[in-house]
Amino acid sequence: MAKDKKHNTEIVTQSQWFDGDSVTIPMLQLLKEDGSLHKGVEMPEYDKDLIVKIHDTMLFIRTLDERMIAAQRQGRISFYLASRGEEAESVASAAALDQGDMIMGQYREQGALAYRGFTVEQFMNQLFSNEQDLGKGRQMPVHYGCRELNFMTISSPLGTQIPQATGYAFGQKMDKTGKCTICYFGEGAASEGDFHAALNMASVYKVPVIFFCRNNGYAISTPSQGEQYGGDGIAPRGIGYGIKTIRVDGNDVFAVLKATQEARRLAVEENEPVLIEAMSYRMSGHSTSDDPTGYRTRDEENEWKVKDPLERLQKWMLSEGWLTEEHITSQHEKVKASVLAALKEAEKVPAPHIDELINDVYDTPNGLLKEQLEELKEHIRKYPDAYPKTSGRLD
Amino acid sequence: MAKMNLLQAINSALDLAMAKHDNVYSFGEDTGGFGGVFRATSGLTEKYGKHRNFNTPLVEQGIIGFANGLASQGSYAVAEIQFGDYIFPAFDQIVNESAKFRYRSGNEFNVGGLTIRTPYGGGIAGGHYHSQSPEAYFAHTPGLKIVMPRNPYEAKGLLLSSIFDPNPVLFMEPKRLYRASTGEVPEEEYTIPLGQAEVVKEGADITLLAWGAQMELTEKAAELAEKDGVSCEIIDLRTILPWDVKTVTESVLKTGRLVISQEAPITSGFASEIAATVQDKCFLYLESPIARVCGLDVPYPLCHEKEYMADHLKIYEAIKRTMNY
Repeated sequence: MAKDKKHNTEIVTQSQWFDGDSVTIPMLQLLKEDGSLHKGVEMPEYDKDLIVKIHDTMLFIRTLDERMIAAQRQGRISFYLASRGEEAESVASAAALDQGDMIMGQYREQGALAYRGFTVEQFMNQLFSNEQDLGKGRQMPVHYGCRELNFMTISSPLGTQIPQATGYAFGQKMDKTGKCTICYFGEGAASEGDFHAALNMASVYKVPVIFFCRNNGYAISTPSQGEQYGGDGIAPRGIGYGIKTIRVDGNDVFAVLKATQEARRLAVEENEPVLIEAMSYRMSGHSTSDDPTGYRTRDEENEWKVKDPLERLQKWMLSEGWLTEEHITSQHEKVKASVLAALKEAEKVPAPHIDELINDVYDTPNGLLKEQLEELKEHIRKYPDAYPKTSGRLD
Repeated sequence: MAKMNLLQAINSALDLAMAKHDNVYSFGEDTGGFGGVFRATSGLTEKYGKHRNFNTPLVEQGIIGFANGLASQGSYAVAEIQFGDYIFPAFDQIVNESAKFRYRSGNEFNVGGLTIRTPYGGGIAGGHYHSQSPEAYFAHTPGLKIVMPRNPYEAKGLLLSSIFDPNPVLFMEPKRLYRASTGEVPEEEYTIPLGQAEVVKEGADITLLAWGAQMELTEKAAELAEKDGVSCEIIDLRTILPWDVKTVTESVLKTGRLVISQEAPITSGFASEIAATVQDKCFLYLESPIARVCGLDVPYPLCHEKEYMADHLKIYEAIKRTMNY
């Protein structure tokens, strides 16, 4: 076959059309739904301590989510967003990384943050927007961030973090840090222009970035297949941009761990950007603001219940003798108690001081902002009852 | 007449517009069978089918680009951006395309059938990204119309006008009032002209000007001032672009005083534009400086939302300062 060297392409003399079936991307699964391993699988690097830590973190997040949804229903916090059903994706991928790697999340990756060591008290302080929140109470609940743990603060607009991850990874490469950036997003956010810009630029600059798509079937009410995209999900887009791509079972801790370990090696050792598409299901609503019964059936939810990532891992660990039913129960109770205790404490901590209103707009507040703050304080002094959160301590 | 909240009034306007013409389309993120995150489009898929009211993929620049194309083809495109805070990926399509389509082509082509609906504003514990009032960014763009209704009656009449106006319209819905504001609304079609402010209440001493959700707070402040014996004239601007200079200046020529309130940060907000024009047209009639009661020049904060907002007490204080100047 002749070749057009300028365009690096083969020449053909008959029309050749390509479509979605030209490339079919399979899904890596090591752990079956029944909790047993497929025969002859190549396992990730792991030991008992790692798997127990992954398990306990998943259990922690699931319990935290349950308690905080209840707290939202009681009116104690304004909003919450659970990751039920997707704990394996965020926790097992974080477990494949170095603590120094940057994590850029969308907003459903509390599992990765917990794995890094964010404490139950830190979670609560953010959720209650109190003065001990690292984000100074300025953002809605679940918009976590922590420099010490290399977890970039969450921003609500979808997909904005994806090209930022490419840029961050470029800096890591230039500084020869030996670290990479992982960027999480949903299959809905992958429709945003930012996703396409990010993958294209990562491919051009060859940067150590792992794009981790949590394909959980829904963007709020919009189902992925046929309404979010017409093709075969997100993975084929990676190939289109010349990026190494893999699709994994997002409810299989071992598949996620293995793919992310390999992705990290490719990113850090070979400066290869990587796309992982993890297939899962958002078991809860999008957030406490929506009711899934308005757009999907119970039958559909039940189909996914049997694929639950936490129960699947527990079955395997029980059979290995790495876990006991007692540990599950006692761990669940322990987490529940710690969440409730931290919640009660966080509720008591006051809101940030009113002076914080004008800090961090710039590196230092300018004169105009200082003037506006003084006017505001004068106003609050006049009407202390109208602003009970701050009027008690204006000075 | 029927009692409706603001969402129901918007739903009714969309319903009537879609019934009137087969080429009126409604679409956006989650706006299909689910009816949108606020349910403004609920029931429309059942009634008009999934080809008339439908979900889009999650891509705002795509939604408005698609809507521009559809409108340029001669259809009525009513696109929803889920929150005003998420309109910015579509900024290019709106500012460089929607607004300039007619002018750049010498009127060979236009997107007059385009209406962009988006909820805006705070007071709902929405933090930075579910609270902003971005009207001023767009008010700097010749070619666009911008409409912000204050209650259900206004919302329905203004939305019907917007959909069938032969120019692209950005229709910003005060989400704090979606369910909180209710009133009697005609069930049939009616329109309220764009570009005309409304004198909601006549008064002699001071003119109070606002739009959208800020009207409710302004009326509350006026009640306090009236108790002090101040006669307030209240104007709802209704259309931000092009704005009704005549109604506003006529009022200020009469009262000699003006307080403008907007939700957005004060610097470069639309209140500043109004103040500049009014001092130009009414300079010798002004008894006091024009006051602006607005958000602070900081991102919309969750924990200090109450302190940040241009609430009725701040407007009331501004009225007193203006009266006692």
